[in-house]
Amino acid sequence: MVEISDFYSETAIQWCPGCPNHVILNTLKEALVELGKEPHEICLVSGIGQAAKLPHYMKCNFFNGLHGRALPVATAIAVAQPNLTVIVTTGEGDCYGEGGNHFVHTLRRNPNVTLFVHNNSIYALTKGQASPTTPTGEKRSLNPGGVAQPPLNPLAMAIIHNAAFVARAFALDREQLKTIMIEAIQCKGFSYVDIIQPCITWDPRPLDWFRKNVKRLDSSHDPTDMKKALDATMLPTPPILTGIFFKDGTRPVFGEDFFLETGFSSLTEPPFPSTEDVMGILEKFR
Amino acid sequence: MDVNVVIAGAAGEGIQTVGSIFSKAAARCGFAVFSWQEYESRIRGGLNSYSIRVSTSVRNAPRRDADVLLPLRKEARAKYRSWLNPRGLLIADERDDTDDVTEIFVPFSKLAREKWQNPIYSNTIAVGALWSVIGGDFEVLQLAIEDEFKGKAENIIKSNIEAARDGCLFAEQSCQGICSWKLEKRIEAGQPHRVAPTIAGNPAIALGAVKAGCRFMAAYPMTPATGIITFLAQHRKECKVFTEQAEDEIAAINMAIGAQFAGARAMTATSGGGFSLMVEALSLAGMVEVPVVVVLAQRPGPATGLPTRTAQGDLLFAVHAGHGEFPRAVLAPSDPYDAFHKMVRAFNLADKYQMPVIVMTDQFLADSRFSISNFGVNLAKTAGQPHRVAPTIASPTEFSTYKRYALTPSGISPRLYPGQSKHLVTADSDEHDEEGHITEDLEGVAVPMMEKRLRKLKALREEIKPPEKFFMEDDVEEVFVGWGSTRGAIFEAVEMLRKDGKRVGALHFTELWPLPELCPLEDFFPQKATITVIEQNATGQFATLLKREFPIGSIKNMLFYNGLPVTAQDIRRSFYGRN
Repeated sequence: MVEISDFYSETAIQWCPGCPNHVILNTLKEALVELGKEPHEICLVSGIGQAAKLPHYMKCNFFNGLHGRALPVATAIAVAQPNLTVIVTTGEGDCYGEGGNHFVHTLRRNPNVTLFVHNNSIYALTKGQASPTTPTGEKRSLNPGGVAQPPLNPLAMAIIHNAAFVARAFALDREQLKTIMIEAIQCKGFSYVDIIQPCITWDPRPLDWFRKNVKRLDSSHDPTDMKKALDATMLPTPPILTGIFFKDGTRPVFGEDFFLETGFSSLTEPPFPSTEDVMGILEKFR
Repeated sequence: MDVNVVIAGAAGEGIQTVGSIFSKAAARCGFAVFSWQEYESRIRGGLNSYSIRVSTSVRNAPRRDADVLLPLRKEARAKYRSWLNPRGLLIADERDDTDDVTEIFVPFSKLAREKWQNPIYSNTIAVGALWSVIGGDFEVLQLAIEDEFKGKAENIIKSNIEAARDGCLFAEQSCQGICSWKLEKRIEAGQPHRVAPTIAGNPAIALGAVKAGCRFMAAYPMTPATGIITFLAQHRKECKVFTEQAEDEIAAINMAIGAQFAGARAMTATSGGGFSLMVEALSLAGMVEVPVVVVLAQRPGPATGLPTRTAQGDLLFAVHAGHGEFPRAVLAPSDPYDAFHKMVRAFNLADKYQMPVIVMTDQFLADSRFSISNFGVNLAKTAGQPHRVAPTIASPTEFSTYKRYALTPSGISPRLYPGQSKHLVTADSDEHDEEGHITEDLEGVAVPMMEKRLRKLKALREEIKPPEKFFMEDDVEEVFVGWGSTRGAIFEAVEMLRKDGKRVGALHFTELWPLPELCPLEDFFPQKATITVIEQNATGQFATLLKREFPIGSIKNMLFYNGLPVTAQDIRRSFYGRN
């Protein structure tokens, strides 16, 4: 039986004391314990930023790569070793800004990867610039007059691309966060969770603002109804709605067809082409 | 026999069909066939050429002087007329009395329109005329046409054969006493194994990767590298390589790194612009010590440059690409045979030293078809046990506790992959400790880690192969030095100049970084000889590298950067023009 302590990492945590990231980390461990996943069955993948440091604070396999590039790495790991539980932990700057192109195309690909975006609508590590999800008018260090552009609506993007699982959670609603995490990890295909994670150092809005303005989706919400899910992402904010917006388990998972065709269960599985196989292909050139 | 045929015309007009049928037929007669193409960056139109060199012995080097020129339209005649040898023949669709060239008049457009009521038949009429000029056996041509149109309706195949016969007969009359070639059948129809395969660099690279046990390739399409992933995707059933068209080159290389981290041999391929986008991830591969193979198919830059032309202008870029300092190897195969074997070597080196390996080709090597009678597939050995994918991956049972970045005397830390066992495998782009965790400990961790990674260079350099020597006799007065795809042209130039009585020899490098240890240096760069580095770039990049790494007195540059492949004649002309 796997226990929380199995995930204990000796690496000293660099996050600010009291940061909701701690909650996300601990909830993730709880979710994995509940799913019975052992450290060696999990591979965390991240880019750069505060959220991207999470893999260091949890004992398991991990790849902490370049800024914005977690998703392509995770996609390939999930294809190469389909038995691994591949989870990306990233921030909204990493995922929607620097890696925006990969976010869009990963939605299209539908790899068996779970994506947790710690969304604090601020660039915290570089000291308080706007991020792709900063609300219009919010003042940030490079936008002293307030951010002029509207924020990205990543949930809507995910829904219109038929992602397998689209949800938003709130780091301070731990019970819902855990439920969503468990369901996201269990879901086959690309599961995406945007986690509202207020920055206690740089965001001018206090935690109480979030406690007041983040609300769960109505219990009658039907996540299999794409149109209604999309509508829910388009409502004026605040309030910021949380919950499972959309689910579609019908799409083929990225790479499935290759494994069906070859009979392989991973990309490290023998047999590899022999001399005769290669000579056979060369015959085409005579 | 050594005859060079040049077919010229607009893209989409039939150059490919004519060239492909003719090459196939010539190879089936038992001759060595080498062909290269130059084309404009557009889908239709423009003026392009397809040069086919047919010879008794293998001549895998380009010629730009045509013995026979076949322009498929008037504009092509005007553009390529200067390529024709003084004694060469021009197969003319229309007569031109103002030109004192020897014309073989075959009105293929008119015949196609009038007899076949379809201009498309002009191609097969033209190929028939060409076949007749070269003195080929019609039966062999017929088989080649059947092969080219395989899958088409029977009456279409039959009509095309008839049209080719028309062209053949028409040309035969004009050929009397002028056409001296005779393409005698050297092998019988029942001996297909004696027909030498003709293969371009790109599919040879793809096959080399297959032989190496590559299981994953991601790439973004970019000329001239696209042919590699295309081959693997279209032959997925046989090659069993998972291929993915990435959204950009950044995703492509990050995917390859991800797959390699997960234990699968993986690669990507691109050209200069795409490689520029990959550079950050190249540095990542150096830092996380994940092996990755990147094919860099060069074309002239800077920026978009000449997208469909050839060059060797990215050497110093490849050697230095990436921020920070980390070991890498740069290889540059000379031809498809070498490309096949270099890919196996690239994967083996990448695995052994856990670092990126860059394989440099160019448009010329990527697209030109070489005659390779024996690929020596059985000679290509994947390091370690024969049935393991990435054979340099360690066995988990060797360790009671596992540290991915364990400090070792060689600098190489035993590699496992995630999911292989209960041992945890990590990678961090930050400077990290032996377990792969982020560190700020400068003296205690960062310095030893940097030294560990760079220690790998020592053993790597020791196994880098010295250059190939050609006519490096005691008498040598001038040494031509080349690298990559110019081998054929340089060696042919040496042969020509030797015949002229010039004491020339050549050194050809295919393993460029780190440069091999050359002992004694005198055996490679004799002090009394002039050292001339021949390259297809404007600044002499390999010469710069040689000067930096070896105490060589003086080095001369012989540079070509017009976007066309360098030929033996170019080198010879340059040699005499200079002296």
